[in-house]
Amino acid sequence: MEHIPILKIGDCLLVSIQVDMHDRLAIALQNNLTEKIVITKARGVLIDISALEIVDSFIGRTLNNIASMANVLDAITVVVGMRPAVAITLVELGLNLPGVRTALDVDKGLVLIRNSIDDELGEIDAGELN
Amino acid sequence: MIVEADDVLPVRSTEDVVRVRQEVRSRTAAVGFSLVDQTKLITAASEIARNTVIYGGGGTLRLQILQNTTRRGVRLIFEDKGPGIPDIERALTDGYTSGSGLGLGLGGARRLSNEFDIASKPGEGTTITLARWKR
Repeated sequence: MEHIPILKIGDCLLVSIQVDMHDRLAIALQNNLTEKIVITKARGVLIDISALEIVDSFIGRTLNNIASMANVLDAITVVVGMRPAVAITLVELGLNLPGVRTALDVDKGLVLIRNSIDDELGEIDAGELN
Repeated sequence: MIVEADDVLPVRSTEDVVRVRQEVRSRTAAVGFSLVDQTKLITAASEIARNTVIYGGGGTLRLQILQNTTRRGVRLIFEDKGPGIPDIERALTDGYTSGSGLGLGLGGARRLSNEFDIASKPGEGTTITLARWKR
């Protein structure tokens, strides 16, 4: 069976979906990512969907689930590289991704994750001072 | 109206759903759909194909390329011999699902198509027809 690789970069996990995912593969990715977050203590998950030609309700729900599970495990999820045609179609399909943060590309996504982690550290520091 | 091409594909597994997406892409591209219009019909096809597998117990897709006097289009006819849809209006309502999905499949697919029809009889099966025209 195909497998979607998960790469660790610092305290982030990077996934680039390069295949047309069938539903079981999407669920396998969701499960593998959740396990990897725990094992690596990752603080951020970056999912590149620039190669995805469509996002239907199942794939959308999987992205949402990944973000929710990551959130419970104290990691932020950013989806990057959504094609314009995919974004237009998602809106018409009626699917919004409330739990998923998005960025235009991998660079901007990493900045978003970095800022979010730093903000949190800042809040903890400020709390200790008071 | 002339049906230029008429093919039948199996829709029995989640792998078949992926093949349906690929075939719809190649047909819509051959007809000259814009990228957005291709994406809309492929997404609609993916939703209905998944329903055919999950709720219909598997079935078939007839994939047609249409030509009338002024325009070309692609028609998709999904057919299954499953339990049928007891209340079609309710099934089309966003957020309603009899399974574990989001309940966006049917209503979303209708919004993404130019023509959309459901024929279903409890106990006999469901036929869903979608079409989109080249703009």
